[in-house]
Amino acid sequence: MSTTPPTLASQTPSNPWTVLWLRLRRGDSGMIPIVVGLIALCVYFQARSSSFLTAGNLNNLSIQATGYVLLGMAEIWLLLLGEIDLSLGFLSGLSGAAAVILTDLQFHWPWFAGIAMALLVGTVVGLFSGALVIGLRLPSFIVTLAIQLALLGILIWVVDAQGTGGTISIVNGQLHSIVYGHLSVVWTDIFIGATVIGLIVLSFVRNQNRRSRELDTTPTAFLLIRAVLLAAAGVLASWVFNTNRGYFTLKIQGMPYAIVILGVMVAASTFFLNRTKPGRYLYAIGGNQEAARRGGIQVNRYRVLAFALAGFTSGVAGLVYVSNLNGINDAVPGGTQVLYAVGAAVIGGTSLFGGRGKMVHALVGGVVIGVIYNGMALLSISVYGQYLATAGVFLVAVTIDNVARRGSTVSR
Amino acid sequence: MNSPETNRSSHSSSNPEAVGSGESATSTLLRLRGITKSFGAVQALQHVDLDIPAGQVTALIGDNGAGKSTLIKTISGIHPPTSGEVFWDGQEVKIHTPRDAASIGIATVYQDLALCDNLDIVQNMFLGRELTKNGVLDELSMETATKQTLLDLSVHTVKSVRQVVGSLSGGQRQAIAVARAVMRESRLVILDEPTAALGVSQTANVLSLIKTLSSRGIAVIVITHNLADVFSVADNIAVMYLGNLVSQGPIHQYDTTSAVELITTGQSSSVPAQLIPNN
Repeated sequence: MSTTPPTLASQTPSNPWTVLWLRLRRGDSGMIPIVVGLIALCVYFQARSSSFLTAGNLNNLSIQATGYVLLGMAEIWLLLLGEIDLSLGFLSGLSGAAAVILTDLQFHWPWFAGIAMALLVGTVVGLFSGALVIGLRLPSFIVTLAIQLALLGILIWVVDAQGTGGTISIVNGQLHSIVYGHLSVVWTDIFIGATVIGLIVLSFVRNQNRRSRELDTTPTAFLLIRAVLLAAAGVLASWVFNTNRGYFTLKIQGMPYAIVILGVMVAASTFFLNRTKPGRYLYAIGGNQEAARRGGIQVNRYRVLAFALAGFTSGVAGLVYVSNLNGINDAVPGGTQVLYAVGAAVIGGTSLFGGRGKMVHALVGGVVIGVIYNGMALLSISVYGQYLATAGVFLVAVTIDNVARRGSTVSR
Repeated sequence: MNSPETNRSSHSSSNPEAVGSGESATSTLLRLRGITKSFGAVQALQHVDLDIPAGQVTALIGDNGAGKSTLIKTISGIHPPTSGEVFWDGQEVKIHTPRDAASIGIATVYQDLALCDNLDIVQNMFLGRELTKNGVLDELSMETATKQTLLDLSVHTVKSVRQVVGSLSGGQRQAIAVARAVMRESRLVILDEPTAALGVSQTANVLSLIKTLSSRGIAVIVITHNLADVFSVADNIAVMYLGNLVSQGPIHQYDTTSAVELITTGQSSSVPAQLIPNN
């Protein structure tokens, strides 16, 4: 009947600005609002304090943000399922404590064994929480609230049992160097360059593959804009990490190992979520658990997996935490940390209700929180002012995000 | 008084040996004999005999509580029958689980459609059976196959197969759920009230999709309350009344009046007697 052959292919307008406008109008603005907000914050703090945009301070900021980002990533594993784990703050503290204590003068484990133990503690406790949530058929909010208290108790018990007055210092050099050690200048540039070039090449190769299969492609102009932005970010990162940030004759240059670890974690987690079956199943379960079950997915298995991955990621966060603190004490603010972690994820654009989120959301959201704290500390804003300002930013960020996403049509 | 349904007259429910090998090339895909289903003391299905011809659309109609849903749940393995026999292509089969049903080529699209709103069309089409290459999701092959399937089914209304399903209209969602069933190489697709929540034009789209399925040799069972749908799309009618299959036959032997009589009273003065099973 119809004279024109039906086709689903290539209805994308070729003009990139038309595409961008259509996407914005659909609410598919991605992370644009939050990135604009981030830039506005940076401009504000730089206007108030000239030391904000210095390499030394930005390096500092990146380490502060790494803690929020890693815990935010841990929480995203669960937020994707519509679950939450309130114990992750203290779990990261306990994991870090395990590494500190086992590598101290008394136990004297090698650094890699201490790190492995920290990651094991995180994973096993995560598994346990997940098994409990599924076994008891209770909301994860309640179960992990109990776990949180238990972990706080264990943490105080373990730390105080060392008889050092509630504070244990790191004696292991490698553990210390997670935050305070760094790549050489050359390796920093190689790492940044490889990351940027890899991402650019990947986007073009992917587009080419789609074109060869006659599937819709992203306009080349878009990819070029993205490539330029990535390259600019690379140059900025190189400047931040490779500018001398030492004092007097002491020269400190290069990317801290913690940032390298963070980069690897983001890349690996994103790959897992986007390119593997278990990653796809986490999204499916978060979107419609019953549909996932009918699709033959063993839902409970993947729910436990998410708790274990969250625990593992908190273990990594704990290692960065103790390294930055150069030890562990019995007053870890794990309850606040986990709420900042959720805040980082949500500011970045991850839904609290499951099915929608990305690991880079924690990256952007964690940097926003880091910028707020770092900037306000530079401006010597009082503690109560800091809390009030943070509260305002949380609300504004989430509201803008929510409005921008209403009616969105594209998966993320 | 000669029924055109040769399969029906070739045996009775007490004579299952007649089924299977040796039978002339009939087009009966699924044959139920004496299917009974009890939930405790309640007999939801009483000795149901039903023939589903290959490549045709069979409308399963009946009032609420007549046993339509129970019947399709026995076929799709959710509630295995208490007693009775099921023949698929003339071979007796046991369907105990939904997986059994899927493995022989029966796909059921329930009213809730079982779609993930946060995933796009391609991801939903392959949910639980994703294609991989070296352990990594093969998005390109899945997207190509999805497009092909939608083209084959003449589903032209979706703009992009990378849209999330949550952004689709009710008719489009129904089409995606059906397309997913078809892509799994199903030979029988069961649709549970596919047009219940749809507007006029979307209903028309779904009905034409049903016709496309049967033109591609796929048998379809449609549960519906809408007699207009029945008479516009079905090749056969099966009427249930209080757990009994009271009448089945080609569509031209029924009209709206007789269908309504059968649905409400279990009998009709205008439908030939032999169409009504004697049980």
